[in-house]
Amino acid sequence: MKELLEILQGNSRISTAELASMLQTPEEEIKNQIALLEQEKIILSYNTLINWERYGEEFVTAVIEINLTPQREVGFDALAERICRFDEVRAVYLMSGNFDLLVEVQGKSLKEISTFVATRLSTIEGVTQTRSHFMLKAYKKDGIILEDKEQDRRLVVTP
Amino acid sequence: MTWSDKLSTSVKSIAPSGIRKFFDIAAQMDDVISLGVGEPDFITPWSIRESCVYGLERGYTSYTANRGMPELRKEIAKHYKRLYNLEYNSDTDVLVTVGVSEALDIALRAIIEPGDEVLIPEPCYVSYQACTVLAGGVPVSVPAKLENEFRITPEELEIYITPKTKAMLIGYPNNPTGAIMTRRDLQRIAEFAEKHDLIVISDEIYGDLTYSGLHECFAAMPNMRDRTILLNGFSKAYAMTGWRIGYALGNEDFIAAMTKIHQYTMLCAPVTAQVAAIEALKHGEKYMKKMVAEYDRRRNLIYDGLNKLGLKCFEPKGAFYIFPDITSTGMTAEDFAEKLIRQERVALVPGTAFGKSGTGHVRCSYATSIEKISAALKRIEKFLG
Repeated sequence: MKELLEILQGNSRISTAELASMLQTPEEEIKNQIALLEQEKIILSYNTLINWERYGEEFVTAVIEINLTPQREVGFDALAERICRFDEVRAVYLMSGNFDLLVEVQGKSLKEISTFVATRLSTIEGVTQTRSHFMLKAYKKDGIILEDKEQDRRLVVTP
Repeated sequence: MTWSDKLSTSVKSIAPSGIRKFFDIAAQMDDVISLGVGEPDFITPWSIRESCVYGLERGYTSYTANRGMPELRKEIAKHYKRLYNLEYNSDTDVLVTVGVSEALDIALRAIIEPGDEVLIPEPCYVSYQACTVLAGGVPVSVPAKLENEFRITPEELEIYITPKTKAMLIGYPNNPTGAIMTRRDLQRIAEFAEKHDLIVISDEIYGDLTYSGLHECFAAMPNMRDRTILLNGFSKAYAMTGWRIGYALGNEDFIAAMTKIHQYTMLCAPVTAQVAAIEALKHGEKYMKKMVAEYDRRRNLIYDGLNKLGLKCFEPKGAFYIFPDITSTGMTAEDFAEKLIRQERVALVPGTAFGKSGTGHVRCSYATSIEKISAALKRIEKFLG
């Protein structure tokens, strides 16, 4: 099933018939395996990676370093889960080093993000410090180079 | 008189490659899906490219030793020790060449006397016969059969043995059939070579692209190390075709003789490619394995797809080619290939480009994306109606 997951991670639109051939497994079984992986929440969603900048959509992304006071019994988890719930928050990671959480936030403007951080994140009880870094340009996302200049330069027919 | 009268007889005797015609047709058309490409669709892994760039920055721009950079030769010897437990002295038994193409040419030139015969199982790579002729030898084609999964047997070879037979030239995994030889098959060929005192040139450029178990190296068969000139390179396994870098391994005397030709004709392989090749051997295996896993899935897809279309084919075990039998369509291989590209814009290569025994077959390369393979299969389905 690992190979199935690896293929789907690269291309979730591939058909079950193609998967059946590629993995030499009956199509029915492929369908069952995918259903099981979805049910077990191993496959969480089928996203599409979009280069929004190329489309012309303007928005701002920032990563926020957050320091927390850990809470008895739940450590950082309870606070991290609260932060996760905001729609503006795209990703949350617990980190080693000088800060505790790395939070990716997306908004329409610098002002929108800074307001969100000032009024919603930094005011949460247990958040002791935030540092915001605005992203200027994305080069690679989820393993994909956004503006890739590599191309197939092979001749059409070779021995 | 025309200038062509002044050409050498051996050059005149060689036919131009049968692939050219399809290249010309394909080049004039848009939206062609090509299953006709004999090289990886991957671009060389970045770490290998990056090491070449770094090498250039540090001034690696001069000639190297004729035999190749000592570090590269050591890595090659180490690789064969690790994979096949074969001992090659990196000072005397290894020669770095400009691809397997050069290695093949100078191996033949080093051992062939005018009129010597070379046994060549067919279908085979397009340059085996031509290089033999250019070296003054006589290529003797031995047809391999679909019924036997395009493997060759001593019984079949025996028919073509004459007092002039000097060597045999084998290439497994095979381009264009995708056939491999089992250990037992190779052991029998080894006994045959010993019995008739033949030199064996073994082109193992597709060795790393073997899908069922590990590749069997001919030089690792009993008593074959010294009798074999083993050829390999980086083009297919590491997606490095354009770098032109390969090597030959063999006994000290053969390698010294080949080095003599190499030093006068080529001097050395490009230093940039040698620097990259060192990186490929030191750290490239994980990238190579990933590419091999991808070829394997494509192999399964195209094998299933062609079978469903009713084209009989043998399941390829290595390289990245599949060689369906198209006689059921009533067309010749050339007709099939030409009509397919003109009507449905799918390029492939008629089997006859790889020798007479390729009659009734076409070669499809699956070194292309899953999406393109699926699309090509649909077009072929439409073509077959």
